[in-house]
Amino acid sequence: MKILVCITHVPDTTSKIAFTDGNTKFDSNGVQYIIGPYDDYALARAVELKEQTGGTITVLNVGTVETEPTLRKALAIGADDAIRVNVAPADSFFVAAQIAEVAKAESFDLILMGRESIDFNGGMVHGMVGELLGIPSISPVMKLDVEGNKVKMTREIEGGKELLEAELPLVAGCQEPIAEWKIPNMRGIMSARTKPLKVVEPSAVDGLTVTENYELPPAKGQVKMIDKDNIGELVRLLKEEAKVI
Amino acid sequence: MAILVFAETADKKIKKSSLEAVSYAAAMGGDVVAVVLGQVEGGELDKIGTSGGTKVLHADDAKLNEGVIQAYASVLAEATGKAGADTVVLAKSSLGDAVAARLSVKMGAGLVSNVVALPQGNKVKRSIYTGKAFANVELKGSKKIIAIKKNAVPLKTDGGAAVVEKFAPSLSDTDFKAKITSQEKAKGKVLLPEADIVVSGGRGLKGPENWGMVEELADALGAATGCSKPVSDMDWRPHHEHVGQTGVKVSPSLYIAIGISGAIQHLAGVNSSKYIVVINKDPEAPFFKAADYGVAADAFEVVPKLTEAIKALNN
Repeated sequence: MKILVCITHVPDTTSKIAFTDGNTKFDSNGVQYIIGPYDDYALARAVELKEQTGGTITVLNVGTVETEPTLRKALAIGADDAIRVNVAPADSFFVAAQIAEVAKAESFDLILMGRESIDFNGGMVHGMVGELLGIPSISPVMKLDVEGNKVKMTREIEGGKELLEAELPLVAGCQEPIAEWKIPNMRGIMSARTKPLKVVEPSAVDGLTVTENYELPPAKGQVKMIDKDNIGELVRLLKEEAKVI
Repeated sequence: MAILVFAETADKKIKKSSLEAVSYAAAMGGDVVAVVLGQVEGGELDKIGTSGGTKVLHADDAKLNEGVIQAYASVLAEATGKAGADTVVLAKSSLGDAVAARLSVKMGAGLVSNVVALPQGNKVKRSIYTGKAFANVELKGSKKIIAIKKNAVPLKTDGGAAVVEKFAPSLSDTDFKAKITSQEKAKGKVLLPEADIVVSGGRGLKGPENWGMVEELADALGAATGCSKPVSDMDWRPHHEHVGQTGVKVSPSLYIAIGISGAIQHLAGVNSSKYIVVINKDPEAPFFKAADYGVAADAFEVVPKLTEAIKALNN
């Protein structure tokens, strides 16, 4: 089975979010970049599937040269080769179109990625890739098993889950608990240095949206502490001040 | 030009978040055509008008009772043509996201999700970095899809009657290739992403056997229950109740956190809430810094008292 895992290169979940250049650019000063946590689940499941059924894992990122350490980390975790589409991601459609172009040329059986990136949280790329390739897209997937050509999945829905069956090829947006995150071991890290990382130039596609600028939420006011023996006061505040009950 | 709204259903009822999407579209101005897929209970379609819709396209086909992602995207694309709409509004949800992505490619429409306010011309404000910041985004073309977060606009309740038109979309077998074989859903509970009030518990509750207290408070408030990541990781509660960076992101009017210390990953899932109450026996818990109201005391003492006080208020 040929698996493609698309990963994002995003600030660590504990990063302080700030902007520069008149709030038009993300301030990456002191920020640690990681494989998107959801993408990390997708990659971990791909490694498990490869262990079971054999095949190859290609990992892909749409990004500039700074994302290469993140791709190398994915190689250390267990991908066989990497592709970097050499362009800064413009919007969801732009990224999806780049992925679809690569996928058309390589005919992957299974395309996995996180349910959403943790920077822009769009959660749209997998669906767009599925539509561009004319194959099913399922998200958010919390369990995925492959038997021959058949894929059984569990998808999270509001208040529960649903079970689905489909045939390869397909695209899945993954989330926990599809697999446990894998930490690269020393052998993985050593071998990742020599695994192929191919840089391809982007295809000519226009994004459909433009981010003009950013803003931070207003600072939270001081918390009002209420004595445990005066819970009636909390209820009064919720009713009369906040007007939420 | 009409605006099309994808009115999602759950258990044959139109979701409240979708009615908010109808109100959002109504506030943008013009005709609002809501598309309802599958069978619904009597009286449900009336809610579209009350929420500000002018017309309903109802595809009353049992094949559409379940949210089949590809089929829904095709049907909505057909509906945009029928309604003459170049703008689609929907509520962000696990189904809505999956459908909107495919629809945007079919329409060639710019798509922005997690939108938190009404558009200003071609610009919308969206939440990014899991609620830690906002981006102002321009939609370039004439076709657009806006996926809104809960509480982006108040729900309209004084609209008129909407005209209901039957809609028989062409359904293609290829759109039903991914088959839903079964569904498991918590019955009779308020859905977490839909709830106006969320009551969440953390490790401070010591064990799943103590969840009755959380549920009683939630029942008294008509709230949904949530939990922190460790609680779902330890299987005290199901994963769909996990609120946080890698779980459900909520934006209710009121979020009550019980025995949750407030790790940055948890805060990311709740920081869009209008008001936050934190109950934690550790006065140094970081969650208090993100809270509007706090009680630094033992949850086992405070929560039953709070439940009693809420019940007394309701009576």
